[in-house]
Amino acid sequence: MIWIDTIVQGVLLGGLYALFAAGLSLVFGIMRLVNLAHGDLIVMAAYLILVVVSVLGLNPFVAAVIAAPIMFVFGWILQKGVLNRTLGEDILPPLLVTFGLSVVIQNALLEGFSADSQRISMGPLETASVSAGPVTVGLLPLLTFASAILVIVGLNWIFYRTSIGRAYRATSDDPVTASLMGIRPDRVFASAMGLALIVVTIAALYLGTRSNFDPYVGPARLIYAFEAVIIGGLGSLWGTLAGGVIIGVAQTVGASINPEWQILAGHVAFLVVLLIRPRGLFPRAVD
Amino acid sequence: MAATHSISTRTRAATTSGIAALVLLAVAIVLPAFASRSLIQDLFFILTMLTLAQFWNLLAGYTGLVSVGQQAFVGFGAYMLFGSTILWGVNPVAALALSGLFALLLAIPTAFFVFRLSGAYFAIGTWVVAEVVRLSVAQWQAVGGGTGTSLPRDARDAMWGVEWIEVFFDVRSSEARDILAYWLALALAAATIGGIYWFLRTRRGLALAALRDNVEAAKSVGVDANRMKWIVFLVAAFGTGIAGGLIFLQNGRISPDSAFAVTQWTAFVIFIVVIGGIGTIEGPIIGVLVFFILQEALADFGAVYLIVLGLLGIAIMLFAQRGLWGLFSDRTGIQLFPVRRRLVTPDRGNS
Amino acid sequence: MALLETKGLTAHYGDFQALFGVDIRLEQGETVAIIGANGAGKTTLMRAITGVLRGQADQIRHKGTAIGHLMPDTIMKRGVVMVPEGRKLFPSLTVEENLLIGGQHKGGRDLGDRIDSFLSRFTGAPDPMALAAGHDGTGLWTLDTIYEIFPVLKERRNNPGTALSGGQQQMVAIGRALMSNPEILLCDEISLGLAPVVIRDIYAALPRIREGGTSVIVVEQDIGQALKVADRVYCMMEGRVTLEGRPEDISRDDIHAAYFGAKA
Repeated sequence: MIWIDTIVQGVLLGGLYALFAAGLSLVFGIMRLVNLAHGDLIVMAAYLILVVVSVLGLNPFVAAVIAAPIMFVFGWILQKGVLNRTLGEDILPPLLVTFGLSVVIQNALLEGFSADSQRISMGPLETASVSAGPVTVGLLPLLTFASAILVIVGLNWIFYRTSIGRAYRATSDDPVTASLMGIRPDRVFASAMGLALIVVTIAALYLGTRSNFDPYVGPARLIYAFEAVIIGGLGSLWGTLAGGVIIGVAQTVGASINPEWQILAGHVAFLVVLLIRPRGLFPRAVD
Repeated sequence: MAATHSISTRTRAATTSGIAALVLLAVAIVLPAFASRSLIQDLFFILTMLTLAQFWNLLAGYTGLVSVGQQAFVGFGAYMLFGSTILWGVNPVAALALSGLFALLLAIPTAFFVFRLSGAYFAIGTWVVAEVVRLSVAQWQAVGGGTGTSLPRDARDAMWGVEWIEVFFDVRSSEARDILAYWLALALAAATIGGIYWFLRTRRGLALAALRDNVEAAKSVGVDANRMKWIVFLVAAFGTGIAGGLIFLQNGRISPDSAFAVTQWTAFVIFIVVIGGIGTIEGPIIGVLVFFILQEALADFGAVYLIVLGLLGIAIMLFAQRGLWGLFSDRTGIQLFPVRRRLVTPDRGNS
Repeated sequence: MALLETKGLTAHYGDFQALFGVDIRLEQGETVAIIGANGAGKTTLMRAITGVLRGQADQIRHKGTAIGHLMPDTIMKRGVVMVPEGRKLFPSLTVEENLLIGGQHKGGRDLGDRIDSFLSRFTGAPDPMALAAGHDGTGLWTLDTIYEIFPVLKERRNNPGTALSGGQQQMVAIGRALMSNPEILLCDEISLGLAPVVIRDIYAALPRIREGGTSVIVVEQDIGQALKVADRVYCMMEGRVTLEGRPEDISRDDIHAAYFGAKA
């Protein structure tokens, strides 16, 4: 029976990883940009929520609602001012610029907030749990998983049911022809990065409330997110959720065997999937 | 006028710089006789970073393999040096060869995995592999597990040549070890630069340049892109492994976090190459000097140093993609390590 | 004042010069054909007019306003819209979505335009809202009227655009451009690679398009087709205009000379 519990915990943890991954997947899907600073942006958003919580004394959920538009504007400016210049055939500039950005964000956070680990307090919600038969799950992990599903449903709705989503897909297909239809690709990309950073803010809310964080935890989140995206198959958001769940379950199963194996087990699961299905579980037909 | 044409890669600057390089090398060899210990240590740092940068440049600048996981080979090479001296009693200097060899062996399964990923995903794939290696090595209790270990005293004392240096330069054994490490780093850096330069001028190396410029065109003239990627990846792992072994041999202490540090062994290395000029041999040399000067100048400012380095790297990538050396070379036309072959006619130039 | 006019238009791809001082003009209500062999510069001319290749502002004028320096989306919002060579449907979009996207950005009043318009007061950059002000994008063409002239598209409206036959794809591409009710429609090689009967069907839509108040430039390699539909014809060769005239005024020999250079 302990196994069921382990797997349920792993699935819920996968929801967190899917949240980390959704923004990465979105940005890659629309502009073929792999953002190596993605993990650090999550950490940055967590600090932003923390500041809003401690300065204004607000509930973390309300703080996240305030932080989200700020992150959107930051993403917009970042994309329009810096990252749009790196897009093109050559993969080096976007990789190296976002890698540089990662180092800058980490160290700027270090200067601003020191290396002490922080946590956003949720009060009684942190320990609240619900039981179903032999399994007891925390309310917060459950909320995380529900948020992940909501984010994916929401992004899919934007993508396939709205005019801005239509513009995203068209620009992703062919930016030159899109511009002939009145679309300004660099604006579309800027708004996509803004949207990704709203998702990042949601991810940050759960990152900051479920565990301690410090300026250096970003790259590890980037790796989990990246693994979830690759396992799921590039461009499929539901695949990303499946990928997150696989990493999460592998980690909790690994940890139940030997606590030191938690992270390693997740990475090994990723390598195994890569070995069997190099294009992921749900690859997109056209690429 | 019987103008016989010949193909040459030689430029006047290159001839001059060839002679200058030999003089510089000779001075560097005898330097420990005059220099202070701290200068020798600084030079050791510069030379080992230069070696790492040259190999990363060979990967990313010439082959398009943007690895963010070279710390896997630094760390694994270093750990194999500690492991083989501690467990098998190998002389640390001889164990350097094992560092390279084991890094090479690690590169084979690594390449098998990461070559399934293309472009940017290759980059993060290498990072994942490095994390796997770090977490696995942290389980290896014989070399200290997660907390790490020191090089045993008797192994350090047994290092080849240390006794001779002690007597010859009349120094204590710790200083003698630094001098030995410096000479080894000098030999490694010189061999790396010389080797890469030689390689780039061979038929294979020129094919590599063709591959970087245009994969399709290179394929059509019969360059096997995949094989070139394998060769370069394995060679880079070998050299990076030796450098890793040497760095931690001089350090005397190792831990998983320091040996597999992505910032130290990959981020810094990338900045060195990007700032200096990617895709040239001169670039990493300029880059490592700028890096060192910045580090010295900003040593008292902590994290600000890394912020400056990051912003400088971003600025160069956005506005001067060929780096400081590229800016210089474009303005002056000077190339110290010319790779491109030029048609030389005897009645014009080269006389 | 001509509706659209190029004066001494030059264009470059890197070091390669593709246009050498091209002068063409389009009057209100006209249909103009541009003919020429492969590589004559016809597509380059279209790319320059639509802003894909940007150049000097005053080499291209639309209703007297210099537009040679503007971004493609601003030019589109002024009512100058292209059906690109090769159709270029968006593979991720259905037929109906391809049509809708052609009409969703008309008018130039979206948030990005408003922001850029505000910023242009300080930066001196072109003000996209002011530049698009003369064209509101309303008129004859809606989803319904497009389906009226191309009924087959309605049947297949939920298919991916790229799953259609070449002729049907061309109808989508024309419909997509019409959705913004353009003042000027530029058609780049719309008959290329299509069967004669399909070409006839597509050109059958032209009178209706002109009735809707749209002036048209067609780029054609099919000289017969061009002479049939056009009020005036330009022939291009090697980046220059070599012949201009009304179809009834020019002889086969004139065209032959303008098309291939010195008489063969």
